[in-house]
Order: sequence, then structure tokens, then C-alpha cells
Amino acid sequence: MLHYLLSRIISLLLSLAVASLVIFFVIEIIPGDPASFMLGLNASPETVASLKAELGLDQTPMIRYFNWVSGLVVGDFGISYTYKVPISELVVDRIQVSLPLALYALLLSTAIAFPVGLIAASKRGGTADFGIMGFTQLGIAVPNFWFAMLLVLFFAINLRWFSAGGFSGWDTGFWYGIKSLTLPAIALALTQASILARVMRSALIDTLSQDYIRTARAKGLSQRRVLIKHALRNAMIPVLTILGLQFSFLLAGAIIIENVFFLPGLGRLIFQAIIQRDLIVVESVVMLMVFAVIVVNFLVDLTYAVVDPRLRRDG
Amino acid sequence: MRIPTQLLFGAFLSVFFLVLALISLLWTPYPVEVLNISEKLKPPEWQYILGTDHFGRDILSMIMVGARTSISVALVAVGIGMLVGVPLGLAAAANRRSIFDDLIMRSNDLVFAFPSLVIAILITAVFGPSAFNAILAIGIFNIPVFARVSRGAALSLWTLEFVMAARVAGKGKTRISVEHILPNTINLLLVQGTIQFSLGILAEAGLSYIGLGAQPPTPSWGRMLADAQTLIYTNPSLAFIPGLAIVAMVLGLNMLGDGLRDYLDPRLRKVRQ
Repeated sequence: MLHYLLSRIISLLLSLAVASLVIFFVIEIIPGDPASFMLGLNASPETVASLKAELGLDQTPMIRYFNWVSGLVVGDFGISYTYKVPISELVVDRIQVSLPLALYALLLSTAIAFPVGLIAASKRGGTADFGIMGFTQLGIAVPNFWFAMLLVLFFAINLRWFSAGGFSGWDTGFWYGIKSLTLPAIALALTQASILARVMRSALIDTLSQDYIRTARAKGLSQRRVLIKHALRNAMIPVLTILGLQFSFLLAGAIIIENVFFLPGLGRLIFQAIIQRDLIVVESVVMLMVFAVIVVNFLVDLTYAVVDPRLRRDG
Repeated sequence: MRIPTQLLFGAFLSVFFLVLALISLLWTPYPVEVLNISEKLKPPEWQYILGTDHFGRDILSMIMVGARTSISVALVAVGIGMLVGVPLGLAAAANRRSIFDDLIMRSNDLVFAFPSLVIAILITAVFGPSAFNAILAIGIFNIPVFARVSRGAALSLWTLEFVMAARVAGKGKTRISVEHILPNTINLLLVQGTIQFSLGILAEAGLSYIGLGAQPPTPSWGRMLADAQTLIYTNPSLAFIPGLAIVAMVLGLNMLGDGLRDYLDPRLRKVRQ
């Protein structure tokens, strides 16, 4: 277990180091320098020079990289050029929308996919299975932003159950906040639930064909008991992997969905920063997102060890 | 051998859009660059089968040219992924457990760790939004997918007798990879290519929807949806056609991919029954 943990931690740190290098140098290879890029074509040389000094761009790339990374480690993301406030403040503000949205969507997709995948696997080849597979095939093909537009059309414009967009903040009340995140979360969850249900189904079918399942059935256990007690746990590894991967899709999907619903989240922050050429915000928020994805996948790796005792032993 | 319905249906949908895109090269019912405000927001009728948008452009013509945009972006992105990824994967398999193999697999993992859309956004932030940069962004993420698939397939092929025979005959690793391994991975690559193609269509639609893909006046399905969204209160019907086009195209490709996989792999066919 210790060996497994150690190797995972090393690969986590390596991934983070390489990711930060890649992001830093992508921003670095912009033709010209970031300061003149940010100020646009008509800026005077003096303004560019003063911004360069302000951002510390007059130092060598090496020093700037280490300044940036050591800042990130202690939560200092730099100062936004357009908002004139520390980026960490912006991030704390926006994450209160993005994180609940991603978790809400993850919760919804899991809550739908688990029972649906279970039903499809246990009624394999039947009408229910056929219907579920067809429906999930469709769910994968629907772009989430279009589904979001349809949701707005029916539930916000026609039925007026929800607002078409915007977020009034958590101060107005927990349920009010949840309500304004409901349509975006459904839009994000559709594709993920479809993928997850299919993975759940095929993982369960794989497990159900194993010998020990036949043994359990031969012992006289009921189909339901075999499914829940023996098959489910062993089918969890591929399901967990997909859950981990989905987190990155949810984050990325949120960039688009937050734009459909005008939600003031991280995705919208990054998007506006690109339009306003606020490169420091882009750089730091992208790093934050990649950090989140890498850490989530690390945690998924650790849960493998909990679910599958063999991993603990062999290391 | 019976061809499965799924394969037929998927092939039909995919070919339908391909033909639509090809026709648009020669002819569209109306020019898509010309604005005709007096004909704006016409409902579907004989003159305009799918109606017109807020600039008076014919929706059918836009869908046709949009199909071309989507297909060319996704196709080139798949091409990039295959051209770079497959040689890397084959080389990794040929030099199994070498530092080279390790390096390729680790960098694959790293690319997988990046949320692809975030990087696409980073690339377009740096180089500016355009169809070309969308292709680049989507293509980069296809590389590790193809590297992984071809490496996996090649690894199992390297253990087979006919490869051993080729080695005994004195053929080098590169020659074996090209002459014996590659032809036997084509089926798998075809299936994966179809899947990546459909993901590429979705990614292109998403990027152009947020304005980071093909730029106006080039019509694209994502762009059409973004325009429709501003008119959703007054003309909700504009939002249906481009969305349905994306769904039909992606659905078709996915069914084609699944169908091909089942059809080309007899073992799977038996298991799946």
C-alpha cells in the first residue's frame, strides 16, 4: 500500500510540474511579449514598458516561472490586469458557482446512471436494455449547450419554472442558489449520465460472466443479491475511472454551459479573460483547472486501492 | 454475412451529411455570404425549405456549408491524430519497455490529464480564434488516443508467430511494424477514427458556439446555434435545425463506429449476442 501510495504521489507531482511548464510556455510563445499583447496594437511604448515592469516581465523566463509557481503554491495567483484585484479573490468568488455546479451535475449523473446501468445489465437483451441503450446513444450525441438551450426554452421560457440564466449568489438562500443551478446541472449531466450508464452496464456484464458469480448463483443466492453483493463492487473499477475522467469533462463543459446561462463561474471568468486579453488570469485559472483534474484522478487512483484489495498487496 | 442494422443506419446518416457537404462545394440553394434583410426570419416554406435566419440567409444552405466546416475540421483533426499518434504507438510497441516507450506513455497520460476544451481555449487565446486553431486544438488530443490504441494492438501482435517468422527472416523492427503490424491494426484504427471523428464534430460545434472556432462569415453549426440563442425568445425554431443536424451527424458516426467494431471483430459478435 505504501509503495502504491508513494508511486502515485510521485506521478502526481511530476504531472503538476510538467503541466505548469506547458501552460507557462504556451503563454510564453505568444508572438511579441504578453504586455503588448494585453495592451493591443495602439499602446505607446511607455505604457507597454511600465506594464512590463509591473508584471515583472523584464526578468528572465526562468525567474518568472519560479515566481509564478511559488506564488501558486501559497495561493498568490497574481493580479488581474483588467479587474485590478488579486486573481485569488476572483477565483474564490467564482468557485462558489463552478464547484457546486460540477458536484451537482456529478451527483445527478451518478444518481441516474447507477440504477439505469444496473437495470440494463440485469435485463440484458430485453426491451428495457434496448431502450436504455438507445436513449444513452442519443444522450451522448446531444451537445450539452444545445440541450441547455432546449431546457431554457421549455422550462424557463414556456413553463417559467426556472429563470433562463444568471445567479444571484448564495446570500439569497440555499434553495434559491440550487434552483438557479438546476438547469445548468441537468444540461451538464445528460452526456455524463449516458456515458456512465453504458460503462456501468458493460462492467456489470463483464463481472456477471465470471466464475465466482456462477458459484454464488449455485450457492442459491438470488439474482438481486448476487448483483448487489458480488458484482457491483467488482464492476466499480472501470466506473470509478470514468467518474474521474468525467470531472475534467464537467469542468470543461462548465465553461460552455456557464456561458449559456450567464453564470459567474470560473469558466466565464476564463472566457472573459481571453476576450479582454487578461493573460495572467487565463494562465492561472487554466493551471487551477488542470490541478483540480490531476488531483481528482489521483484520488480515483487511491480509491482503486480501497475497492480492489489486490492493488494494496502488490503495490 | 448479415450486415447489422446499426452499421447500416450509421453509415446512411454519415454518408448523408458527407454528400450534403460535398454538394455545398458546387451548389447551395442560396449564397451563404449574401445578407438579404428583406427576407429575414421566413418560416419554412416552398421557397426556403428550412426558412431563413435573422440576416435573411437560407438555413438549408447554411446547414450544408456548416456540414462542410464541421466535417473538414473533424477530419483533419483525426488525420493529425493518426499521422502522429500511430507511428508513435507502433514505435513504442516495437521498443517495448524501453525509455522511449515509457516516455511516450507518460506524455500520453499527461495529455489525458488536461481538460481538452481548456487547452483548446488556451490555444485559441494565444493564437486567436480560427477554424485552423480549432483543428490544431482538437488534433493534439487525438494524438495520445491513437498512440494508445495502436500500441495496445501492436503489443499483442508482436507476440504472434507470423511476426516471429518475419524477425527470423531478418526484417528490422521498422519494416515489421509497417509491413506486418500496421495492416493488422487497420480495423481498430478505423473504429477509433470514427469515434474520434464524432467527438471532433462535437468539439468543433462547442468551440464555434463560444466563438473560438470558424469565424463569420463561414457558417458553422455551433455559430448558428449561438446566433439562434440571441433570438430564442422571439424565434425559438431557429435553435432546432442546427442542433438536430449535430445530433444526427454524431449519432450516425457513433453507430457507424459501434457497428464497424462488432462487424469487424467476429469474437465480439458472438459475445454480444
